[in-house]
Amino acid sequence: MSQVTRSYWQGVRTALPFLLVMGPFALLFGVLATEAGLTRVETTAFSVIVIAGAAQFVALQLLTESAPLAAVILTGLAVNLRMLFYSAALVPHLGDAPLWKRALAGYLLFDQTYGMAIQRFETLTGMTGTQKYAYFYGCATPLVIFWYGFTVVGAVAGNLIPEGYPLDFAVPITFIALFAPALRSLPHLGAAFVSVVATLALGWVPYNLGLIIAALIAMASGAALELWLTRRAEGGSDAA
Amino acid sequence: MPPDTNIWLVIFCLGVGTFLVRFSFIGIIGDRDLPEWVLRHLRYVAVAVMPGLVAPLVLWPDATGGTPEASRLAAAGAALLAGVLTRSPLWSIVAGFGTLLLYPLIF
Repeated sequence: MSQVTRSYWQGVRTALPFLLVMGPFALLFGVLATEAGLTRVETTAFSVIVIAGAAQFVALQLLTESAPLAAVILTGLAVNLRMLFYSAALVPHLGDAPLWKRALAGYLLFDQTYGMAIQRFETLTGMTGTQKYAYFYGCATPLVIFWYGFTVVGAVAGNLIPEGYPLDFAVPITFIALFAPALRSLPHLGAAFVSVVATLALGWVPYNLGLIIAALIAMASGAALELWLTRRAEGGSDAA
Repeated sequence: MPPDTNIWLVIFCLGVGTFLVRFSFIGIIGDRDLPEWVLRHLRYVAVAVMPGLVAPLVLWPDATGGTPEASRLAAAGAALLAGVLTRSPLWSIVAGFGTLLLYPLIF
């Protein structure tokens, strides 16, 4: 098996535990969308074309409240705005590739694929660009299959989620699993702390934009801490 | 939802807009080098976005009407601890889910 094939299957394997959430979450979207009056085709197209869980649920909620379509679209996009940061953070790893590969990576870029990929790329040095792409597509494959598949199941079969399955909290747990392994240095811890405090403090900002502002402040904090630690280490050696 | 709602317009605009957001930097910057100060900020994207995304869901879950709830707090703590200690998303998910499902049986 070549290095590239191996990277692909390592990506697939890393993604497997996340299916525990992706399946039921997509199922729920299928159920709620058809209950809200979307046809099965519209429901499926929603998951295939938009492919962003949180934004889909928010848009659906606003549609059922008969909000103006412009508000539905802009709110959904605001919820997805955080992915600008993901796209930027992956440039050093996925930037050097033909346009179609980058476009496909753009389509497949969501919280889980970004989180898994960046953990791998930052801890395992020496991966080639092709291996990185293989790993990224590997992470995306099972997630996307489940996302499409269970949307259809939910739209056709109705609610199959057992009573008491704590779905609301399955999603936060997977997000924690995506950032906790990255809390490996003081700047990372500092950025995470600032992210929590600032997001909670900015909860009143409309359209979920508090999260975006908080992310900018938290990134700046992490970068500043890193710079301060580097300078202190250098300064220490000068003094000695 | 009013019967004449143009669902396809919503799907199309959200789809195109979301793709442009995701494709933005990978698409436009491509293989050009980013300055060091930008890279320094980008190293903290994951820990700057995701903890903030999670915090309100952990502290004030919709499912409980917005009041903090013990099994969810314990599950979040377990997922966090396991993730930090093992450096593995798998064990983080196992610890978090395990705590969430077992907590009501124990307490």
